[in-house]
Amino acid sequence: MQQSKVGLDFKKVDYAKSVAKNIADDVQGFVEQYTTVAVERTICRLLGVDGVDANGVPLPNVLVDQIKENGVLGEGIVFFLGNAMCELKQQPQEIAEQVADGKLDITKVKVYSQAERDAALKPIIDANIERIKARRARRENYLKTIGEGPKPYLYVIVATGNIYEDVVQAQAAARQGADVIAVIRTTGQSLLDYVPYGATTEGFGGTFATQENFRIMRKALDEVGEEVGHYVRLCNYCSGLCMPEIAAMGALEGLDVMLNDALYGILFRDINMQRTLVDQFFSRVINAFAGVIINTGEDNYLTTADAYEEAHTVLASDLINEQLAAMAGLPEEQMGLGHAFEMDPMLENGFLYELAQAQMTREIFPKATLKYMPPTKFMTGNIFRGHIQDAMFNIIGNWTHQGIQLLGMPTEAIHTPFMSDRFLSIENAKYIFNNMKSIGEEVEFKDGGIVKTRAAKVLNDTIALLEKLKDEGLFNALEKGMFADVKRPKNGGKGLNGVAKKCSHYTNPFIAIMLKK
Amino acid sequence: MSEGLYSMEAKDYDKTLDLTKIKPYGDTMNDGKVQMSFTLPVPAGDEAIEAAKQLMLKLGFTNPLVVYSKELTKGFTFFNCYGSCSQTVDYTQIHVPKVDSNKMSMEDCDEYIRKNIGRKITVVGASTGTDAHTVGIDAIMNMKGYAGHYGIERYEMFDALNMGSQVLNEDFIAKAVEMKADALLVSQTVTQKDVHIQNMTNLVELLEAEGLRDKVILICGGPRITHELAKELGFDAGFGMNTYADDVASFIAEEMNRRKGNK
Repeated sequence: MQQSKVGLDFKKVDYAKSVAKNIADDVQGFVEQYTTVAVERTICRLLGVDGVDANGVPLPNVLVDQIKENGVLGEGIVFFLGNAMCELKQQPQEIAEQVADGKLDITKVKVYSQAERDAALKPIIDANIERIKARRARRENYLKTIGEGPKPYLYVIVATGNIYEDVVQAQAAARQGADVIAVIRTTGQSLLDYVPYGATTEGFGGTFATQENFRIMRKALDEVGEEVGHYVRLCNYCSGLCMPEIAAMGALEGLDVMLNDALYGILFRDINMQRTLVDQFFSRVINAFAGVIINTGEDNYLTTADAYEEAHTVLASDLINEQLAAMAGLPEEQMGLGHAFEMDPMLENGFLYELAQAQMTREIFPKATLKYMPPTKFMTGNIFRGHIQDAMFNIIGNWTHQGIQLLGMPTEAIHTPFMSDRFLSIENAKYIFNNMKSIGEEVEFKDGGIVKTRAAKVLNDTIALLEKLKDEGLFNALEKGMFADVKRPKNGGKGLNGVAKKCSHYTNPFIAIMLKK
Repeated sequence: MSEGLYSMEAKDYDKTLDLTKIKPYGDTMNDGKVQMSFTLPVPAGDEAIEAAKQLMLKLGFTNPLVVYSKELTKGFTFFNCYGSCSQTVDYTQIHVPKVDSNKMSMEDCDEYIRKNIGRKITVVGASTGTDAHTVGIDAIMNMKGYAGHYGIERYEMFDALNMGSQVLNEDFIAKAVEMKADALLVSQTVTQKDVHIQNMTNLVELLEAEGLRDKVILICGGPRITHELAKELGFDAGFGMNTYADDVASFIAEEMNRRKGNK
């Protein structure tokens, strides 16, 4: 029996997980009946389709747009590509190029038998599955040979807009001790219904996620990882309208960590909930198979809702996300469930409440690589106080053994980090992690005290909310604004017109292969 | 490194405050003390420190001190420095354009509207363009508000709609027309490469093209927004750091009343 430092009743935790599973089952029942343009484009990419047409439109879009315009999206791209491969004896890439040139309509090709299609598709499917496996093996080999930094991993962002400048910043951060480099995406990319192509040097507040940019940064981090003697993980964002496509690109290029949370897109980017929950499932299957740690975005709830009053919404969402992730084959170690240090710094005993919640979260998800977010909402431009707020956050991250510590920057809310901001933040974390290393093992909390009382309250409130969510269903709950004080209609938001009900010929061979491993 | 920490230098300058010639204040009037930190793209060493000092001299600082330097990565060195500023500013000649309104409490503002406008004021707000940050518009509009200042949604005499983030200017205007909005609030947080300027200019142009510009009170806000910039771009007011819902609500109420008087 697990011993709780904050006096958690693990029977209640088990009950909360069972309620969350009910909610997730309900969502999964919906998800399995549908596909989306993004899911189909992802299959194209996993079948080796890449590049752009004369107008710069990515070829996966060219193919999927053709079946969508013909009203047969629900039959799935595999059916049509399979037929075309049998008929033309060509690979998907060549077929896509012909469609781009206006020479071919794949929906008009003769229909072959399932067995013939499967036989034609098998070699290219196997080749790309092997490529992803090799990528995963390469990471595992690095971890075995040069190893990794201790947890919590130090996570910093780079966000210059120019991938080549990002490399300079990322390598500098790795030399200073960073374990995870996240390349922030350019503002607005989450709402693009395609993935831009090639190396990019222009972005606003971040850099475009493209397969070439992934490749450039992966190579740079491998170089610096060998130099500093520990593996440096690369993080990007499987969110927005191209969730599973980015997962596929990341799997092919050796990314290690991906933001991957439908709820975040629904609440904060107004992406249609049906679209993004369907997209999320496939993206998580890919991430699971590729050994990628997903990060969920619950921390963001607290940027709109109050961190003290709404703590239970974060835990409830973490519990649902855990169940949805498990259904996509993600082991607990690859679940970077999110939470945050976001209470008003002027709150009396706020530190103790934060400590209680962080320890509670650690114990409820004992194996998860928890993602702990720094203060952002109350960073004021007073960089000196901000640096102390980040130190308080680092104390708790170390104390409660978080998995990934997203380092706060003193200049949060002013600009994307300078090289020196990152240095100061890493120095801050390393100082605290070393100087207070074993505090979590030394200090116990008193019965009936602030910490234990807080943990019990948040868990109780979470259970009450989960029971309500179970009765409502997740879709209705989102319509009623039960998370983050934001209301989203089931049939509103961006991307709904890219959703289709699966029809009789529909297959996605990658799901079965990846779930089985 | 510790030189100057306990400075023995004679302070033989004029220590009286002269508002026509103000200087930074460390611990003695007119000492001109400034702290700075920056990074130079050179390796650490004596040459790097000398480069930092020369840079400070060129910036007009006397007695430049490099108190800390550290190579962040090969070829980039970070400095913490102090210097005495030789420049002065005439404070008596400063003129900063400001939003012209009297800040009222929520209750007083509601009462003012009841008395002078006689109906609810409709406000539509959004973080427009590609900007994904809702923190600003939420702070001004949401019920809860920010830092103890209730948001406009809580005011009895306002009908407020917060459209959230990444709202296209076209959609924003369509909603304003649909709701017959009296005032539009635009929040801009991301300002890299002046993306906010293009977006706000575009909004003004669209409103003018539709003949709507004079029919609404157009307001922008964000951490890098000033009233001066807002006026320059054709907005009625701009609200920057440390302004809250009550600042914005008071301005809208008074401006509505002013415009009523003009008719």
